[in-house]
Amino acid sequence: MPYKYLEGFTSADICFEASGKNLEELFESAGLATTNTMVKNLKKISSKEKAKISIEADTIENLLFKFLEEIIFLKDARRLLLSKFKIKIDKGKAHSLACEASGEKINIKKHEMIVDVKAVTWHKFEVRNEGKVWRARVILDI
Amino acid sequence: MGFGNFNFKKPEFRKISDVAWEIDKNFKQGMRVPARIFASKKILDQMDLQVYDQVTNVATLPGIIRNAFCMPDGHSGYGFPIGGVAAMDIENGGVISPGGIGFDINCGMRLLTTNLTYDQVKPHLKELVNNLFNAVPAGVGSEGFVKFTKQQFREAVELGSEWCVENGYGWKEDLERTEENGRMKGADASKCSNKAIERGMNQVGTLGSGNHYLEIQVVKPENIFDEAIAKQFGIFPNQIVIMFHCGSRGFGHQIGTDYLQSFLQVMEKKYGIKILDKELACAPFNSPEGQDYFKAMQCGINMSFANRQTILHRIREVFSKVFKTPAEDLGMHQVYDVAHNAAKIEEYELDGKKKKVLVHRKGATRSFGPGNPELPQIFKSTGQPVIIGGSMETGSYLLVGTKTAEQETFGSTAHGSGRTMSRTKATRLFRGETLLKDMASHGIFVKTASMSGLAEEAGAAYKDIDEVINVTHTADISRKVVKLVPIGNVKG
Repeated sequence: MPYKYLEGFTSADICFEASGKNLEELFESAGLATTNTMVKNLKKISSKEKAKISIEADTIENLLFKFLEEIIFLKDARRLLLSKFKIKIDKGKAHSLACEASGEKINIKKHEMIVDVKAVTWHKFEVRNEGKVWRARVILDI
Repeated sequence: MGFGNFNFKKPEFRKISDVAWEIDKNFKQGMRVPARIFASKKILDQMDLQVYDQVTNVATLPGIIRNAFCMPDGHSGYGFPIGGVAAMDIENGGVISPGGIGFDINCGMRLLTTNLTYDQVKPHLKELVNNLFNAVPAGVGSEGFVKFTKQQFREAVELGSEWCVENGYGWKEDLERTEENGRMKGADASKCSNKAIERGMNQVGTLGSGNHYLEIQVVKPENIFDEAIAKQFGIFPNQIVIMFHCGSRGFGHQIGTDYLQSFLQVMEKKYGIKILDKELACAPFNSPEGQDYFKAMQCGINMSFANRQTILHRIREVFSKVFKTPAEDLGMHQVYDVAHNAAKIEEYELDGKKKKVLVHRKGATRSFGPGNPELPQIFKSTGQPVIIGGSMETGSYLLVGTKTAEQETFGSTAHGSGRTMSRTKATRLFRGETLLKDMASHGIFVKTASMSGLAEEAGAAYKDIDEVINVTHTADISRKVVKLVPIGNVKG
């Protein structure tokens, strides 16, 4: 499992640790972890709806932060649950991300919902390159 | 490898009273004032150490006056602890910090009465809860029944509850029985991003999820602590009342997100304020960034008032339908509506002089006492009603504000129980289905949009509400009027 939820970091909200063998995989894992906070079973989300996410940031941390923010934004603005992410990241002077995401509109009869994510926070937010693996720890405000 | 754990230092406490403790300024470099914690010894000893780290960080903020406070329901948050209060001298460089308000701007509580008794409601309880569950959408992705264009939504977030009453979603008397009369007048929708508008415009009239709820509650005679004030607030023995807890939904969340980013860009570079914790990002209140956020925050406050006003309207509709009686004839009057995530400009006497300060309350409730000029005439003799919510299993409290709160805590008291256990751990330990059955066996009928979400809200994940309330009562920052016990619950 490319992500796990952690106890002991926050009482009111959700903390997860995501990992991937490269940046793209890390971001994908973090995206899935975010959606999985809201929906019990990601396999029940079809790929009917598409969304393009394009962002730039000066650091990898800011790039991941903005990426997760966008997933949360689309959940409210377009009522989208995103469960597939095709990501391309360019690490240059300015990091940029282009993502083709797919998912489905929220259907409470089909998708077993858990809790609503309000925001991604900077609280204990960290991205680390450990050589063979990239890791991120994120706390989501519930 | 992997991420390390955090080790937080436990401070030494100076005892002020059995329910008030101080952390001295020398605990952490940069503290401008001591931190003051309202807690029993038991709560103090069991407090998550992160709370002390956070409240002492708050004590470093420019312009903070007297103390960084933490209420007895305190638990770790972002920047500020939840249960955090800080008043800032805005005439002398005091800052505003979105972390001192929270992402859920004006998350708050509303309480309304009925003239119905427990015996009258019991036969209809399931029908009421099922109808409320349909009328007040809860959970992820829920949409409200009021449809706005973007322009209409911008108008509504500037007018708050007034917009609702003008459009037929409420009674005129509801405004007086809402903090700020349901409208912060400095709200400016042009300071809210398009993203914030898009996130929130379909969510007016929805409950949200997590610890948000709508409860039908009963006033057991043995739970009335102050008969005279209870009567003045419209409470009588065996009465059925309704309480609900929700906020500004995606709109407020996005405003918090937007301005946190904006403050992070300018805090150090432009204003020379060192960032100890990104979630404690701030800017001088009188700076362009500070003023823009304050105006946007007021829109968030108004949207939440409008949200709760719309929900109130739906509750009246449901009761009216089930009892085949107009809501007016069912005595469905609002007691009060309180915000517990907001920053307000309020006037206090400091060193013998009256001074306007900015009070941040993050998971804390305003608690104005008798005679306060901000209160409507109906509450001038008693002080304002204070509504503090417990867990779904234990019940909630109606209290009254006090002069002591105005003198000691910048007019503030607790807002809830305070969590002691992470959501992840609660999901591991508890099952929603078991909780449902347990509560049913105690006479509480619950309808939820999420079994997993319900498990996260197990009563055991919270502090003892009675202990928290007793601290506020003993400290005299809010006084008990009545404890309200749930019999029906709608959860997201």
